[in-house]
Amino acid sequence: MARRVGLEVSLACAEAAKLANVDVIAAYPITPQTHIVEHLAELVADGHLDAEFVPVESEHSAMSACVGSSAAGARTFTSSSSQGLALMHEILFIASAMRLPIVMAVANRALSGPLNIWNDHSDIMAERDIGWVQTFAENGQEVLDLTLHAFKVAEDARVCLPVIVNMDGFLLTHVIEPLLMPDQAEVDAYLPAFAPQQRLDISKPISMGMVGMPEVYTEAKKATLEALLGSYEVVKEHWAGMAEQFGRSYKPIETYRAEDAEVLFVTMGSLGETCMTAIDEMREQGLKVGSVRIRLWRPFPVEDFLAAIKGAGGLIVIDRALSPGVPAGPVATELMGLLYAKGLKVPVHNFVAGLGGRDVTREDFKKMLQKAKDAFAAGGEMTCEMVGVKE
Amino acid sequence: MIEVRFHGRGGQGAVTSAELMALAAIAEGKYAQAFPSFGPERRGAPVQAFLRISDTPIRLREKIYAPDVVVVLDPSLLATANVKAGLKPGGTLVANSAKPVSAVRGECGFGGRTAVADASKIAEEELGVPITNTTMLGAVMKAVGLIEPSSINEPLKERFGRIAEKNRRALERAFAETIIEE
Amino acid sequence: MADEGLVPWRQLALGMAMPEAGSSKRFNTGDWRGKRYPVTDREKCIKCGLCWIVCPDMAYLPDEQAEGFYKWDSYYCKGCGICIAECPKQAIEWREEKEEDKYGPACGS
Repeated sequence: MARRVGLEVSLACAEAAKLANVDVIAAYPITPQTHIVEHLAELVADGHLDAEFVPVESEHSAMSACVGSSAAGARTFTSSSSQGLALMHEILFIASAMRLPIVMAVANRALSGPLNIWNDHSDIMAERDIGWVQTFAENGQEVLDLTLHAFKVAEDARVCLPVIVNMDGFLLTHVIEPLLMPDQAEVDAYLPAFAPQQRLDISKPISMGMVGMPEVYTEAKKATLEALLGSYEVVKEHWAGMAEQFGRSYKPIETYRAEDAEVLFVTMGSLGETCMTAIDEMREQGLKVGSVRIRLWRPFPVEDFLAAIKGAGGLIVIDRALSPGVPAGPVATELMGLLYAKGLKVPVHNFVAGLGGRDVTREDFKKMLQKAKDAFAAGGEMTCEMVGVKE
Repeated sequence: MIEVRFHGRGGQGAVTSAELMALAAIAEGKYAQAFPSFGPERRGAPVQAFLRISDTPIRLREKIYAPDVVVVLDPSLLATANVKAGLKPGGTLVANSAKPVSAVRGECGFGGRTAVADASKIAEEELGVPITNTTMLGAVMKAVGLIEPSSINEPLKERFGRIAEKNRRALERAFAETIIEE
Repeated sequence: MADEGLVPWRQLALGMAMPEAGSSKRFNTGDWRGKRYPVTDREKCIKCGLCWIVCPDMAYLPDEQAEGFYKWDSYYCKGCGICIAECPKQAIEWREEKEEDKYGPACGS
């Protein structure tokens, strides 16, 4: 039976990795991910988790060790953040190209400089194209559930791809909150032991990580791309399985009071919660506003998104990262490209908010709505604006 | 929903105070959030910790700007840390101080409902160290309730093991000795 | 670009792994060789094994018939000449390869 516990969200993530009975953890500590790997190191050292904890000397080595252990057939977990994730960069592409079902928790944090340890999404937006499945958690329960779900998706024979679970650094990782912690039997029923599709085995040698000459590189990329696109159905299937096993259901795109909304906020991660509360307050003032939250970021759930925004008179897309030198933030840029491709002329107002730990409050949402409504009414062009910049 | 802001110094356990209260509330079936003022942890530096307790799920990830309750663990912060910032006019200040309520009000500039306990003295006598976090929980519970007094026992045991009992005694003394003026 | 000889993406092994050990044994690098090949003068050879070490395509292996010497393999030798350049006794030299010699008895020294 699941227990209702109060727990720091980082520890819930680590406990999920323990419940998944991981074989290898290779990680390097970095704020604000530290508590996740500290707790796992403790669990291993104290004999509560029968796994190898590889204390590597850098994140580049952490991901390299994960590639090796996953290739050897071990259920492999790691976690990183910001500069650490950036240091993993080149290996991240290799992990997906080699079709290794590594699971990584990313405690989202700003990239330096200036040096900043606080939350935003600039670390993960620099890793959009690594070919991993990527989800974004909204609260502690989702962190726990999405971590279990990540193993289920990654290891599915139809997918065989690494998965990142994104969780806002500090805003989620350092918060104690109530959540339902499943017991081992429930998790075992949902997530059986890892059965690798292929692995390094000296009794039956194979080679992994082969060179891809121009004659085969394109086909190799196509094969990996199709696997990522194909993971969409598997992601949904295993969320359905999660609903059956744990009674909590998840969708690629969540909506809140969106049915009759004239304007929709589009958010990712923990911002969605503040957004919902702000919407409740704005609804009390008679404002027809709702929200759309992107939980599945890669592969992007195109049809779910289009269904979610159907009928909306305008979108307010909130980015938690800059994309310097182009007209909008990374999420808005993608969504506008999508709308154009589908021939939809929904006005979009883009805000870049919450950079480097700057708080995003209910009041900010109200101001954003007013500005966007004015812009929509004026029929102006799409604009991108940084929220709260002191002039 | 009740929002609480704790002021302390790095190492005094302000974060632990917020955590213990949250864990006790969650154990009662309530919803709660406890979080530190995010950032580098430096011993002695003024720090804040935050606590929300509610009967319904909490869907907020912003900091606490207008607390219902402010708790000050270190007397030296009363005059220096602007502890009354955002405190609701009908809210409560719970302070660790050896001085009378009127003097505490004078130091921090808050004229509303104020609760004072000499937590430093109690902690020194009961725990042998001037760490006031658990002691001050007694003052908080006396002043504003928030949780059932017995709910704190389990989190204290989890956190402090064999010295939980000493912490509980300090907490109970503060509960009894706190002076409240409306 | 013409797509003759390309492998359809669906036929690639998972993660483009090579699901077979030692497949490079079949790789006929000897086919790349030009009009000459290296021949060892065993009178000058001191059996140091440097040719075996430096050869990038494993065209030298210990000679089971003559202990200490290394046997050249025409199937793998691509004629790069590294063995000739590195031999400390200048015991290896080029020899012209006639078409009829290719893989023939004249190649084995």
